[in-house]
Amino acid sequence: MARTESETGKSGGGFISWIDERFPLTKTMEHHVTKYYASKNFNWWYVFGVLAFVVLAIQLLTGIFLTMNYKPAAASAFASVEYIMRDVEWGWLIRYMHSTGASFFFVVVYLHMFRAMMYGSYKKPRELIWIIGMLIFLVLMAEAFAGYLLPWGQMSYWGAQVIISLFGAIPVVGDALVEIIRGDYSISDITLNRFFALHVILLPLILIALVFVHIVALHEVGSNNPDGIEIKKNKDASGKPIDGVAFHPYHTSKDMIAIVIFLMIFSAVVFFAPEMGGMFLEHANFEPANMTATPEHIAPVWYFTPYYAILRAVPDKLLGFILFVIAVLLPAFLPWLDRCRVKSIRYRGWMYKTALTIFVITFLALLWLGLQPAEGLYVLMARIFAFLYFMFFLLMPWYTAKDKTKPVPDRVVYHG
Amino acid sequence: MVKFKKIASALVLSGCLFAAQGFAAGGGAHLDPANIDLDNIASLQRGARNFMNYCSGCHSAQYVRFNTIGRDLELSEEQLMDNLMFNADKTFETIRAAMPAEEAARWYGKAPPDLSLIARAKGVDYVYNFLRGFYVAPESPTGVDNLVLAGTSMPHVLWELQGYQSAYFDHDENEDGSVTTTFARFEHLAEGSMDAEQFDDFVRDTVNFLAYISEPIRSERRAIGVWVLMFLIFFLILVIQLKKQIWKDVE
Repeated sequence: MARTESETGKSGGGFISWIDERFPLTKTMEHHVTKYYASKNFNWWYVFGVLAFVVLAIQLLTGIFLTMNYKPAAASAFASVEYIMRDVEWGWLIRYMHSTGASFFFVVVYLHMFRAMMYGSYKKPRELIWIIGMLIFLVLMAEAFAGYLLPWGQMSYWGAQVIISLFGAIPVVGDALVEIIRGDYSISDITLNRFFALHVILLPLILIALVFVHIVALHEVGSNNPDGIEIKKNKDASGKPIDGVAFHPYHTSKDMIAIVIFLMIFSAVVFFAPEMGGMFLEHANFEPANMTATPEHIAPVWYFTPYYAILRAVPDKLLGFILFVIAVLLPAFLPWLDRCRVKSIRYRGWMYKTALTIFVITFLALLWLGLQPAEGLYVLMARIFAFLYFMFFLLMPWYTAKDKTKPVPDRVVYHG
Repeated sequence: MVKFKKIASALVLSGCLFAAQGFAAGGGAHLDPANIDLDNIASLQRGARNFMNYCSGCHSAQYVRFNTIGRDLELSEEQLMDNLMFNADKTFETIRAAMPAEEAARWYGKAPPDLSLIARAKGVDYVYNFLRGFYVAPESPTGVDNLVLAGTSMPHVLWELQGYQSAYFDHDENEDGSVTTTFARFEHLAEGSMDAEQFDDFVRDTVNFLAYISEPIRSERRAIGVWVLMFLIFFLILVIQLKKQIWKDVE
């Protein structure tokens, strides 16, 4: 095994050791990659973290090239997007990758979060990883929201108008806050400029920093696994967890399969359905922003609609806004709401399994309802599902404590 | 692999959810399907001719260049110059309206919209039905109204071809006394130079061209997509073999 030579530190070559004396290159590589041990029984739910990283890379790279051709001004923003789509070499591909990437970021992140809820990845000792993850989620929402204004289409404009005006519901400071966000009395050139600054500089910087911290925290504690067993409890003589395999080359080779499958789905959308039937690129956004004409039906992009549905389910504007904020923030408290002794759904009782199933249905239903006009039966349904959404979290201390659990094995379950 | 199937079915399920949403968009009125064919070059060429003859007097397509049209619709520079470029000298120019926008706004109360993206913004069925949906309305300044876009300030530009028609509506009284008005049928008042079928084909070609200019890269995008997916399938086989090789010593 040639790989082990670097452990001695002297046979790693003159250059590497020169670096290692001045910068922890080998040490860092080993700690995070070649000697980071994660459970060998990861299933396919464990690929969404890596996939989120891949989407982040796609967004950053395509974003750079979009910025080279995009004009952040009310008079020219819309035309510059069409310029990218028609006149810039491969501009259409870069733009579709970026717009599709935005939606896929949320698909992947939602599935990544669901994985954590199935296997109790947020539970002790990984509370901080979960909290950092929630911060990433919040920044991602802000990033997506700011980015959505930039094409300066009708839906960009009116979607932003609706969401920003929500802050006006806050007593006393509401109106001032709305003015500060917009930088004007209505959404204007100034708003577009500051959203551009936030979208391409501030928020990506925070996002990258948080992702870095997320991974550092993860590699300190170690990854959870579908059995929710701490693999560090069973180590061999050399101190390597018996049930763990190195991130590289084992998990990287497995992740490669997931990445290629992901790219196939991603490419299918980019090349064959970039609008995704109006879900990823909304029809009304092919009309330039017009502050004198409201589109027929204003709805945020699909990844915001579960929370938007909750907001609209409440007749009172302020109360609706409060519930909207709580709905977004509630998952952050999962590590303390969940009182169950076992982590993985595999060893939990029927109560948590039922609750989680209802929660998934609730989330998808709210997502769909947020896309529908707020009228008649839709409002009633949104109220019922909003109630179920909150009950999943608020009743959790009760049903997770009461739930009967199965005995957790000492070693992870792995069938070659 | 069982878990993988579960994820796959979850993705398919959410896909259906998106697809269902796509159909829901489009508004209340019933729209006949436009049945356009973006791969039909002859139809697109006829559409380009129709557009330049009947639309470009008032409407621009400010993001669309003539040389792009020439490349995609298999037209030579001479053909472009002779048949399409009425008020442009160079093939890299975009389609401008013959009528100045400020004047147009004064005459019609609203400047005619740019049509570069109209098919993507409204949908092809909408445009198809709009162009076929003018009917005589004496109280309107233009003498016509439109079934798809009530109160439109656009006159019936294609009257010579379609002739004039009047619209009949059913008025149904509801239980609460309010009246629901639904469109019943069109009836021809004056014949145009085309019969109904010819006119529908004329409009279909025009809408086909509008759909094409809303995204000229569409065919190329799909052609490239096939190669990308074929490469990824090949690459997937490689990475699966690689993973098996690396994992074979794990017990």
